[in-house]
Amino acid sequence: MIEINNLNKKFGKLTVLENLDLKIKDGGVFAILGPNGSGKTTLIKCLLGMVIPNMGEISFDSKSILNNWEYRNNLNYLPQIANFPNNLTVSELIKMVKNLRPKDSDEAPLIKRFNLEPFLNKKLVSLSGGTKQKVNILLTFMFDSDLLILDEPTTGLDPISLISLKDLLREEQQKGKTILITTHIMSFVEEMADEIIFLLDGNIYFKGTNEELKKQTGIDNLEKSIAELISKQYV
Amino acid sequence: MFKIFKYSTYDLLRSRWSYVYFSFYLILGFVLLFLNSDVSKAVITIMNIIVILTPLIAIIFGVMYYYNTKEFTELLLAQPIKRSKILIGQYLGLSVSLSLSLIVGLGIPFAVYGLFMSMVIFDFFLLLVVGGFLNFIFVALAFIITLYNENRIKGFGYAILVWLLLAVVYDGVFMIILIIFKEYPLDTFSLVVTMLNPIDLSRILILLELDISVLLGYTGAVFKKFFGTGMGMLSSLTVMFVWLIIPILLMIRKFNKKDF
Repeated sequence: MIEINNLNKKFGKLTVLENLDLKIKDGGVFAILGPNGSGKTTLIKCLLGMVIPNMGEISFDSKSILNNWEYRNNLNYLPQIANFPNNLTVSELIKMVKNLRPKDSDEAPLIKRFNLEPFLNKKLVSLSGGTKQKVNILLTFMFDSDLLILDEPTTGLDPISLISLKDLLREEQQKGKTILITTHIMSFVEEMADEIIFLLDGNIYFKGTNEELKKQTGIDNLEKSIAELISKQYV
Repeated sequence: MFKIFKYSTYDLLRSRWSYVYFSFYLILGFVLLFLNSDVSKAVITIMNIIVILTPLIAIIFGVMYYYNTKEFTELLLAQPIKRSKILIGQYLGLSVSLSLSLIVGLGIPFAVYGLFMSMVIFDFFLLLVVGGFLNFIFVALAFIITLYNENRIKGFGYAILVWLLLAVVYDGVFMIILIIFKEYPLDTFSLVVTMLNPIDLSRILILLELDISVLLGYTGAVFKKFFGTGMGMLSSLTVMFVWLIIPILLMIRKFNKKDF
């Protein structure tokens, strides 16, 4: 379980997260939504220890994560932009990441699922954006961890890979994993998410299921309900 | 840390730039020896090149490397690894591969021209040590600059500025001060000022070893008078270590606090 209390983060004068409280229970797909600059990525990065909060407490499995790094062995992160050392080949990169984590991995089925065999001995610099994203997904899903954090996982994927990704997510969901996703693609949210966490101005504006959101806004369409939530910010 | 070091060295040793840098030293060594055909004279020429060029290349490479691997660093940060170990691994990877290019690139031509049978083998060795020090120091300075500047253009600008200040402007200002205040005793002042600049310090260090009084200049002479050759070298090596440790500590401190 993830518990965030009174989280504050400022970048210079810009306040990104303000007194944010959030509890995420174990198991399920949680979509973190919000307009650009609402603090989604910052929130995720605080959780990962990449951004150091000014104030507040974050705990994962009831242990504080601040100034700690061991907890990251139990989470997998898919970054928004995948950029790897250019001169390594795909299989070397896989070997390297495996080497860095004291944990068993299972990459063979994923290589097959995303058709990555022809690229295994190619240098990363020569891969297209979409293929890099597939490698990125592979690196994220090859470890068995309780928490998965995906930042814009659909970027650059072709329709077939997108379907593979969705299948993969469903399997992980059924295994009882906790999956946090940020995305701007509402159909993806509608299809995959158990719960929506909507950020606005650095705080949680809405947390609940699809249906609850639709009920609250009175609009029977997720995309439009989200738009309705966002538009309130400009009133 | 060691794993990251291993992979970043591996990555760098396979990049085109390491080879360009390596070939540069290789060609330089051969050309100088071809023109001089005297190993000990070539050592002096190479010294002048090393103390000016090594810092420039190290600082530019450092900035370039950091910006290029930024996203990968972020990927590493999400792994169960202590922050400082990521930085030190990458830092050592870059510094060691730059130093390897220098050592092997210059080593081959000098070995071919009979370095091992000449008297200057120790001088040459010291030259490589100093070059290595300069690599480590300026890569650390480069990392500090990039950690403070997200903007690449600014980062490159500051890197060149730092090099220019330490390699060129510093000596100019130093000279002007010496001329203006020539009526006063400047021994202690020039000693301190030399120690505050790693490039000047390296030059003195090598010249003390080569023992060429004509090239020593004012500060070198003061150094020699003050410390004698042995003590002078020991104290300047000590200051070099301080020059190495302070930037590394500053770099780690900033990295541990940084938001990615």
